[in-house]
Amino acid sequence: MLDLQQYASLGAALKDALERWPTETCLIEADRDREKVRLTYSDFREMARPLCRALEDADFKAGDRAAIVMTNQSKWLISAYAIFFCGGVLVPLDYKLTAVEHLQLLAHSKARFLIVEYFLWRAITQAPEFGKLTAEIVLVTEAPAGAELRGAYRWEEFKRKGDPQFVARQREDTACIVYSSGTGGRPKGCVLTHDSYLEQCASLTAWYPFWPGMRYLSILPTNHAIDFMVGFIGPFVCGACVVHLRTLRPEFVRDAFVRYRITYVSLVPMVLKNLERGLRAKFDELTPRKRWMLDRLIGVNKMVTRGRPRVGLSRRLLPQVHKAFGGELRALIVGGAFTDPSTLQFFYDLGIPVTCGYGLTEACTAVTLNDLKPFRPDTVGKPLPGSEVRILNPDTDGIGEVAVRSRAVMSHYLDDPELSAQTIVEGWLLTGDQGRFEEHGHLQLVGRKKNMIVTSGGKNIYPEDIEAVFDGLPVKEFCVFAANYLWPLKTLGSESLVLVLRLEQNQEFEDKLRDEIVARNRGLADFKRVGGYLLWEKDFPRTASLKIKRGELAAEIGKSASRKSIVEI
Amino acid sequence: MPVPTIDRTLDEVLTLAASHFKVPREKLTPDDDFFKTLGIDSLQALDLLTRLEHHFRIELPDYELQGVSDFRTLANRIQARL
Repeated sequence: MLDLQQYASLGAALKDALERWPTETCLIEADRDREKVRLTYSDFREMARPLCRALEDADFKAGDRAAIVMTNQSKWLISAYAIFFCGGVLVPLDYKLTAVEHLQLLAHSKARFLIVEYFLWRAITQAPEFGKLTAEIVLVTEAPAGAELRGAYRWEEFKRKGDPQFVARQREDTACIVYSSGTGGRPKGCVLTHDSYLEQCASLTAWYPFWPGMRYLSILPTNHAIDFMVGFIGPFVCGACVVHLRTLRPEFVRDAFVRYRITYVSLVPMVLKNLERGLRAKFDELTPRKRWMLDRLIGVNKMVTRGRPRVGLSRRLLPQVHKAFGGELRALIVGGAFTDPSTLQFFYDLGIPVTCGYGLTEACTAVTLNDLKPFRPDTVGKPLPGSEVRILNPDTDGIGEVAVRSRAVMSHYLDDPELSAQTIVEGWLLTGDQGRFEEHGHLQLVGRKKNMIVTSGGKNIYPEDIEAVFDGLPVKEFCVFAANYLWPLKTLGSESLVLVLRLEQNQEFEDKLRDEIVARNRGLADFKRVGGYLLWEKDFPRTASLKIKRGELAAEIGKSASRKSIVEI
Repeated sequence: MPVPTIDRTLDEVLTLAASHFKVPREKLTPDDDFFKTLGIDSLQALDLLTRLEHHFRIELPDYELQGVSDFRTLANRIQARL
């Protein structure tokens, strides 16, 4: 791999990578069973050059911000490279947000340029708020011939001949603004420097190296901190190959493992659980004799991998299972949310190590990671090289808030000095997560201190952000909380949101109100919906400026009501 | 082959969803939130999409499911491609 200490920016490192391994394949893009794109590092460079030149001609300057709203595909990475090459700041936005949310974040980030896939651009142009679009130049990929682009350019035609000029950046310059959440009330744009990414990449690849010929299957959205690092920066600075799928249908994902002989893949717990379900169903179909044999072989595998993974041996013991994953899989990387230890154990027992870690966008990608020596499904591993992790104000069980200090931590939240000062205190990032260190130095997470949930799909949801959808509800007042914030649990997983309602005096809770809540709830993306409501019989405590005192209200509800008071909707 | 009516498409979507996820057909109505009624996650919803593609002999990109959570809208997306 490249020696990242020598580079001042992601652009400089990526530029060298493209020259270092010209004949290695860096990208494969497939749509279902059809391979659409296969690029060597040299091809990638040749595709990016005319785009870089065109950006120069469009007066793209060092420090200019450019947003990408796309599903995982080759043009995502080519565009990101061109932005870094031209000295820009990348704003990767979650393509699963709504058009209105995209417009809000584009405005908040002050992105001058927007690179967007056609179907997403179509949704943005159809939003009533389209007139508020702040980006000056929009490039649209894969627009059908004759499509009305509302002033945007076709990405495929946005190119110029000639040699673009590389724009150098320094380590302390901003590389990316990544939104960890907050599309509604308070956007949380994490400002991450080139130093953050280069340091994080160096420490991750020290434990889990990539190499030419290795293939990484990119399933998590590339705008997500994990895939951006392990599905783009990491493989590229090591000469490895990234495989993109244009569909996430489980059957095509399974085929891709075999067709492209995948080495690593990152997954969110929901996908891992889906794979587990599929395998268990297959095992259940076996004849009693074959099932007996399988169970014995799994037993032997468990014995030989007790101390550390021995993937070669496991492949010989359980060849059918490993063939289903392509035969070259080294590990599944899981993150983004809490993973059930029994799921991790299920895969490990089959000889497929699952690397479980802990990270947050504010800390670039990962803070801790399991080194598998030995495998510990009950922890999120040890701090990565260069990361210091402390437990603040531990109780008698050693449990307290997890705080992180490292060069990978963000510099601040964009345009929010107040929130930045609350979140980074004396150089320590306060994560809001509760945890403890066990005797071998592994971190165990036990709950959350903050009012938020993380879905099994890896999405952070802040209740304040979804309240807007209930605005105007015919009640006296309402508020949304994470159920685990009201009634803290010393466990993670199964998190849900609850809508707390204070009715008007003499108001009855009628079916009409219930129907309206259900209808409005459905207006939210499925992973953002509230699970139920709770009727509260006192006025909400408020500040002098009439803001709800959420902490005080939560404590009161937590004391006077129980989870059983929640009515499911 | 003549294009079926939207009512027919909707009925076929409901019948297929019921059989795919093994729930009684009469429990499903067009405006149901299928994530909730069927108790499925987004990956299982993609599985259903594949089943529907085979049935209607069309290709539905994943993004057609984005923001869709009720059977009626899903049937409309299918109808537009028949």
